[in-house]
Amino acid sequence: MTQALFGQLLVGLINGSFYALLSLGLAIIFGLLDVVNFAHGAQYMLGAYLAWMGLTWLGIGYWVALFAAPAAVGILGMAVERLLLRRLRGLDNLYGLLLTFGLALAVEGLFRQGFGISGNSYPVPAQLTGAKNLGFMVLPIYRAWVVVASLVVCFSSWLVIEKTRLGAYLRAGTENPRMLQAFGVNVPLMFTVTYGFGAALAAFAGVMAAPVYQVTPTMGSQVIIVVFAVVVIGGMGSILGAIVTGLGLGLLEGAAKFFWPEISGTVVFIAMALVLLLRPAGLFGRQR
Amino acid sequence: MSDGASTEILRVSGLHAFYGESHILHGVDFSVSKGELVTLLGRNGSGRTTTLKAILGLTGKRTGSVLLNGRETIAMPTHRIAHLGLGWCPEERGIFASLSAEENLLLPPAVGSGGMSVAEIYEMFPNLAERRRSPGGRLSGGEQQMLALARILRTGARLLLLDEITEGLAPVIVQALGKAVASLKARGFTIVLVEQNFRFAAPLADRHYLLEHGRIIDQIPAGALGAREPELQRFLGV
Repeated sequence: MTQALFGQLLVGLINGSFYALLSLGLAIIFGLLDVVNFAHGAQYMLGAYLAWMGLTWLGIGYWVALFAAPAAVGILGMAVERLLLRRLRGLDNLYGLLLTFGLALAVEGLFRQGFGISGNSYPVPAQLTGAKNLGFMVLPIYRAWVVVASLVVCFSSWLVIEKTRLGAYLRAGTENPRMLQAFGVNVPLMFTVTYGFGAALAAFAGVMAAPVYQVTPTMGSQVIIVVFAVVVIGGMGSILGAIVTGLGLGLLEGAAKFFWPEISGTVVFIAMALVLLLRPAGLFGRQR
Repeated sequence: MSDGASTEILRVSGLHAFYGESHILHGVDFSVSKGELVTLLGRNGSGRTTTLKAILGLTGKRTGSVLLNGRETIAMPTHRIAHLGLGWCPEERGIFASLSAEENLLLPPAVGSGGMSVAEIYEMFPNLAERRRSPGGRLSGGEQQMLALARILRTGARLLLLDEITEGLAPVIVQALGKAVASLKARGFTIVLVEQNFRFAAPLADRHYLLEHGRIIDQIPAGALGAREPELQRFLGV
């Protein structure tokens, strides 16, 4: 009984860790660039595939992939911002949404073409195999690592944004990029780097997800819908909101799986509807 | 202007600026020498604010010439123009609501050497020292205005573009701002002041430029102001 509950809560916490990582990137990108980045799921999937390709074709292991794949996807993201998204600045943010959605479809299509839709599995790295019996439940080491690593990444990102000068630029740019640029800050470069960072976060989540879920071309589009719900519930552009809501909704899903399994797939969207009714700006959002 | 070209900090010639399709500035010409305080006077919609924004490259398309310390900036992006020693205090103040007062103050990067220290700034605006931890959005209008002015003094900018800094503020605060601007002039700052409040601007300025329909139509030295005041009042519609 409690074994099963804790098991579901753990699964929820794992999912929540991925939601938090992904919605953090989305929130940062939306906040500064005013771009609703629908390519986020594709960037997550790319991270997982790069790790898988590295291991299968080149023998590059998990730990290298954990840094190399986000770096590669981050550079790709910067190119996308510089070459494509920048041209849409000043237009309604619907255009950015459509562009990134199109990119996501194109990338997903290419991977489907190349790899088919059946999943590829990725082994858990040797250092993190096995499980620990905690008495009330069995905790696989890799899953504990996912939770800890994503918490560390999320909260250090939050600290940097709230407490450093770089973060002050980011917050100021989120409010009024033109004013910031008039002070002499290279805001266009900030936009490019921020988009790249968001994409890299997604890819980092993708590499971490590879041993947990199947590596498939559609893994990104499956998770991205929930992640958008997380961002809406947390409050568009709110960093802390994205992190807390991501973890919270993962747990909510886990609890639902135990208490009322039929609703577990929709509970996030019910929460979203309720939050939109009661607090349209989101739990942590400020009314603009 | 009898000043030699060597002391000329800003020269704007034939400046046209657009917002989308609307053509706002139709060839603005004026210049400001080192240590001078000049005003841009005109009715609402005459193009004063747009002139300041166009100097910073914040309008849409702009053509003509803007020389800052002799360097052509018409093709530069805004952040590079700022680094030539420009500080801008916008009409809407541009305080970042989610940053604390002190974060706002410390935010702008240095664009020149010899900026005022934080201690000097707090001495000039003691209110800001008291409110340093408050979020920018919680400050009163007067405090926000002082902060908007204070934060460009730290950066080493030598040319200040001040847009309607007295707008909507209580007389006692306007007085304090007047004192601050006078002391900035005494410290050698070069200032372009856009002001609706003529009584505020008159005792501070060396020269006045009159703007109408996006052009400079006249220039009045401070000394000739008294004789032309009735005419000016009519022109400004006050």
